[in-house]
Amino acid sequence: MSTLVIVEHDNKMMHPATRNTVAAAIQLKENPVLLVVGHQCQTVAEQAATIAGVHAVWLVDSAVYAHQLAENISELVIGMASSFSAILAPASTFGKNIAPRIAAKLDVAQISDVSRVIDQNTFEHPIYAGNAIETVRVLDSIKVLTIRTTAFDSINAEQSPCCIEHVDTIIESTTSKFVRHELSRSERPDLGSAKIVVSGGRGLQSAEKFKLIEELADALGAAVGASRAAVDAGFVPNDYQVGQTGKVVAPALYLAIGISGAVQHLAGMKDSKVIVAINKDEDAPIFQIANYGLVGDLFELVPQLIEQLKKRA
Amino acid sequence: MKTLVAVKRVIDPYVKVRVKSDNSGVETQNVKMSMNPFDEIAIEEAVRLQEQKHVTEIVAVSIGTDASQETLRHALALGADRAILIRSEKHLCSLNIAKILQKITLDEKPDLILMGKQSIDGDNNQTPQMLAALLNWPQATFASKLNINGRAIEVTREIDGGLETLAMDLPVIVSTDLRLNEPRYASLPNIMKAKRKPLDIIELDSMGLNLKEHIQVLTVTSPPTRSGGVKLNSIEELLNKLQHEAKVL
Repeated sequence: MSTLVIVEHDNKMMHPATRNTVAAAIQLKENPVLLVVGHQCQTVAEQAATIAGVHAVWLVDSAVYAHQLAENISELVIGMASSFSAILAPASTFGKNIAPRIAAKLDVAQISDVSRVIDQNTFEHPIYAGNAIETVRVLDSIKVLTIRTTAFDSINAEQSPCCIEHVDTIIESTTSKFVRHELSRSERPDLGSAKIVVSGGRGLQSAEKFKLIEELADALGAAVGASRAAVDAGFVPNDYQVGQTGKVVAPALYLAIGISGAVQHLAGMKDSKVIVAINKDEDAPIFQIANYGLVGDLFELVPQLIEQLKKRA
Repeated sequence: MKTLVAVKRVIDPYVKVRVKSDNSGVETQNVKMSMNPFDEIAIEEAVRLQEQKHVTEIVAVSIGTDASQETLRHALALGADRAILIRSEKHLCSLNIAKILQKITLDEKPDLILMGKQSIDGDNNQTPQMLAALLNWPQATFASKLNINGRAIEVTREIDGGLETLAMDLPVIVSTDLRLNEPRYASLPNIMKAKRKPLDIIELDSMGLNLKEHIQVLTVTSPPTRSGGVKLNSIEELLNKLQHEAKVL
């Protein structure tokens, strides 16, 4: 019995979250098998095959899987499930969409956002927006888990590629069809895996002024995040949102600028190594968790910070 | 077309939760409870679809103790036509909740099921996908826009890199994201009217379901607390600290 890891990718590149998910899989059991499902995604399988510790890669390559619809991927995975004691996916929108569907078809429970593996049946995960940690024991024989990737160190070590096996099971989804994508384009590092994240909130006042956050991010080589207030006010697209309902990040350095620190936002960033807050309200809750705080007008402080960073560079 | 909306009673999102001293769960005694915010969005969407004449009847359903009647009355005040409470004292996992909702779906035969993408207590984000699997219906999770044209529905979903639009035929399950709509407030006349709307109570034990235990909760603990940091006076000081003390630059 082994562990199956479902690889997230865009048919060209393996998503870096795979490396964290494999780390969790290795804690569960030796010899994880990585499943790459998509269309013309051979390069993804080749990337997956070199992650240290991966036992085998199963590649299912067909036009019917081009958009990785939950309806056909879940059918494909349940057909393979009897060979595995655990099925893992990253707790991204991709993993959250498919894992519960797989679990229900197998008549087993699913544990979401696993932040710690205690043993093969026992896991920790955050509940109540990260304000409590629940330890659960799964009684089913197959464990279906989504992995909180920020809680597991990415496996960056490489191995000589393991074997890539082609699987030719074709399950076409007749009920659901892909129509279109509207992806946000960015040259900056990916929010979920960036070492430094700069986030702006309502205090930025407008989409125009939010550009200041982007300037600072560029000076630091950081990803840009936002609070829900900034997203709802239309300053930035919603996929920038950090929080319980957006992305969960845990970078080495998180700068919260013009963000008060509502529970919903803290759920998405409070595991960052170092938190810096810049806010004009000295009673803002963000200061209770920030390692370093600066009370003042962000429109004065942030340009100073950018200037100083440029000077040091 | 008929719509089923599943709603859950949870601790109000603005309450700071406290873990019980015996680590058996969080304190729910004398704590303000509300409808899960994502479920309010689901109700609101159903009401808007009814206002656009796509939907003929909205049935709100909840699983829980007698206190969940309050949540269902709130759903009725927001515009649901009738409500069903499946009464149970048990703590149920997502899969068992999905099985109960599957039974209700087979009885009620809705064309569209709207649910919040996650409840803000368990944060699981599972039940809609599980219900879709059990019914073998297509799923449209994390929806931020719906477009209905006869039996065809187009749903725009919030995904990590942006948005994705899928097309499917009814019946479907849609789980709602925050940006789908802005829920309305219940007016006093509507709250009064809601008291006369039908609310059926079904005992879970009478449903003939064989629900086995899948998960045991061992403990619930507080997360490690962060020690409060220091306030600095200047950008120079901040950069020095980040460079030499925290060593993150």
